[in-house]
Amino acid sequence: MIAKTAAFATAALFATSCGKKESSQVVVLTGASTIAPIVVDVAKRYEASHPGVRIEVQTGGSSRGIADTIGGIADLGMVSRVLKDDEPTKLTAHRIAADGVCVVLHKDNPVSDLSKQQLIDIYTGKTTNWSAFGGPDAKIVVANKAEGRSTLEVFLGFLGLDNADVKADVVVGENLHVINSVVANPHTIGYVSIGTAASEAKSGTPIKLIATDGIAATTAAVADGTFPIGRPLNIVHDADTSPAAKAFLDYLMSKEVNDIIEKHFFVTVN
Amino acid sequence: MTSSKNTSLSRSIDRVAQGILGLLALVSGALVVLIVCFLFKGAWPAIEAGRLESFFADPKWQPGSVRDPQFGVVSMLVGSTLVTLLAVALALPVGVAGAVFHRFYAPPALERWNRRILELLIGVPAVVFGFWGLSVVVPAIVRFVPESSGQSLLAGGIVLGLMILPIITLTSQAALQAVPPAQLQAAAGLGLGRARTIWSIALPAAKGGIGTGVLLSLARAVGETMAVVLVCGNIPQIPTSLFDPIRPVTSTIALEMGYATASHKALLFCAGLILVLFTAALVGWLSFRRPAIDSGTGGA
Amino acid sequence: MPTLAPPQKRRVFPVLGDRVFGAFGMAAALLSFGLFAWIVWDLARLGFPQLSWGYFTGEVEDSGRAGGIGPLLVSSLLILVCCLGLVIPLGVGCALWLSEFVKRRSVAARLVTGGVDLLASVPSIVFGLFGMVFFGQVLGMGFSILAGGLTLACMILPILVRTTLSALESLPADLRPAAAALGLTNTTAIAKILLPAALPGIVIGITLGIGRALSETAALIFTSGYSIRWPETLGDSGRSLSVHIYDLALNVAGGNTMAASSALVLLALILLVNSVAVALSEHWLRRRHQTP
Repeated sequence: MIAKTAAFATAALFATSCGKKESSQVVVLTGASTIAPIVVDVAKRYEASHPGVRIEVQTGGSSRGIADTIGGIADLGMVSRVLKDDEPTKLTAHRIAADGVCVVLHKDNPVSDLSKQQLIDIYTGKTTNWSAFGGPDAKIVVANKAEGRSTLEVFLGFLGLDNADVKADVVVGENLHVINSVVANPHTIGYVSIGTAASEAKSGTPIKLIATDGIAATTAAVADGTFPIGRPLNIVHDADTSPAAKAFLDYLMSKEVNDIIEKHFFVTVN
Repeated sequence: MTSSKNTSLSRSIDRVAQGILGLLALVSGALVVLIVCFLFKGAWPAIEAGRLESFFADPKWQPGSVRDPQFGVVSMLVGSTLVTLLAVALALPVGVAGAVFHRFYAPPALERWNRRILELLIGVPAVVFGFWGLSVVVPAIVRFVPESSGQSLLAGGIVLGLMILPIITLTSQAALQAVPPAQLQAAAGLGLGRARTIWSIALPAAKGGIGTGVLLSLARAVGETMAVVLVCGNIPQIPTSLFDPIRPVTSTIALEMGYATASHKALLFCAGLILVLFTAALVGWLSFRRPAIDSGTGGA
Repeated sequence: MPTLAPPQKRRVFPVLGDRVFGAFGMAAALLSFGLFAWIVWDLARLGFPQLSWGYFTGEVEDSGRAGGIGPLLVSSLLILVCCLGLVIPLGVGCALWLSEFVKRRSVAARLVTGGVDLLASVPSIVFGLFGMVFFGQVLGMGFSILAGGLTLACMILPILVRTTLSALESLPADLRPAAAALGLTNTTAIAKILLPAALPGIVIGITLGIGRALSETAALIFTSGYSIRWPETLGDSGRSLSVHIYDLALNVAGGNTMAASSALVLLALILLVNSVAVALSEHWLRRRHQTP
């Protein structure tokens, strides 16, 4: 009895779920969780002016975006890094915004500028005490990002290090995890997206952005290309993209979305 | 005549019911097989490439390194095990003592409210626990042990322990409630005090139910992802103290899956598969060691 | 000779032991309550100021830093309905079969129990990946509320099976022979006697499952997805409250106060759903007793 009801209910649910809106064009995007919030906001505006188009945004990471675009699950992939050599070349990448990666410290840490060499020394474990840079006599807690994260690749690429060289005390994932680790232990050093760090610092979180080689970490420095550590926020697609997806991509790359990108503390490029 | 007809009809109804329920049980039991097959399929490229050996032989986990890729999961299995055991060790005494209090000492109204609160506690999202751990537990550890980064085995154990506390308390409470009142009255009649009755009659009688709770919470703790990743430090190493960071297997999957390229992804599936099989061995061993869990009163 | 002294000693001892026992138990109960109060206080301090009627009905604006959570509440409830719709018949049926139709020591029973116990230890993120491939791709549900609900059902199945099983096993042992003596068939005995008697225990399992389902993140990111639209059918993708909280806490800069607000709403929702479940079962039991 219970089972029959259940079977019936499941069948009914399935029937409802299959009766999908056939009339509208659906554009599916999957990929980087950094880009997804921007695209969701853009999609909301786009749908308002383009009735009959639905933009579905899903997260899961840059690699997911690439795999889904190739596999045909997604029309467009969101990728927060440059494409790697071993990734299929049939994908075309379009930059919709740029992002810088900067070092963050606790607000109470007196250190305010670190050179590239000093960063290398910290991340390879050559320097282990803040007193070497005029800070307090305390062990440096090195926060590194997890394998595969684009900020890790960009940052280590800048320092010229392999991940095997890094002597980390903490491994973290998302940008806000880094920032909260610095807040939790004031002797932590970490690196995050400049936009995220700037907005958190502005809203009163006790962190500060550190200048690298004397260049202050600001979105303006990323925009004019002087800040040394940057990464692109890309949308990728393959050869057989639908016209609807192409139209949405054009919209994403237009000036009309610049205010949204700035609201998310990233740097506009178009 | 009528009665024999009735009997044969009801017998066939019974048979149908048994068939349907058996089918449901089969589906429930087979689900995990499906999931293991799914993991195995995802892990196959890594197994085919002969990575299995390096999984247990390599000392480190750095699959993304170009110069020196290593795929050791032993330290992560140790991390998962230690943080789980620590969590249960912290939560079990508190949970059982709390259950005893609510069953034997507190007024019934309080017991009812307490149950509501514990059910609510189960519904607090893991990320909330994780953030609470990162903003409260981690700074406290840093204050007492300045050389620690704070994100550590201990922080993970405390946060996980708090997450499984309601499961242990609620199952213990249910188990204590199920102890026949006659047994307790008999003990009281013999002149045993309340504490004595609880210690020698109620708790032993509830052992099976408490064991189920421990089993459920062990499983929950091993599989927990979003909270431990925020407080454990995630360094794949075998810790030498409570204040060292550790990396549970689930953290690795959560941290790296979204960003892994094809070959790296297969490695993560492989790690997940090893964790599930490892837990299977652990759970199997525990139920073997504690026959009380399976010796129910039911049966045809 | 020693008949007089020991009883006095014994009388002092149990009272002292009882006090120590009670104090220890109370300390444990206070500790768990205190920690819980601490977490909720932290959430309330951060999240309460943003709560308003508009927050419950409005759409998500600016990635959750403004606006409300209306569509997410609907999605969360629909996911829960799908989940319970599958897991209650499956879990209760499985437990009934184990408890009433097979010997617990038989190979079949051991295999099923072992499989269910093992399912409990599968990491939630693995459920997410599995649900994405199995429900989403193999069964063609894509990113949908239905796929999310079914994935959650797999995840909380062990809780329901285990709690139902202990509820059935703790029923008085003479209930079954009594039913058989009345000439009731197995099916009637289950439907009219055993299930109602075990209902309070089953409801505990369901409330535990509801809490677990509504708070789950990792299993839903890959299945029911990220969409913040008002859901129209079960085939639509819909972001659950828990995924929203995760996104705000870890992915949206400046989102932590709104994450706390959403977490408060989630707790209130769980309290509400659990109370409804308990009230329904009590109401049903009372009506049964009044009209035999």
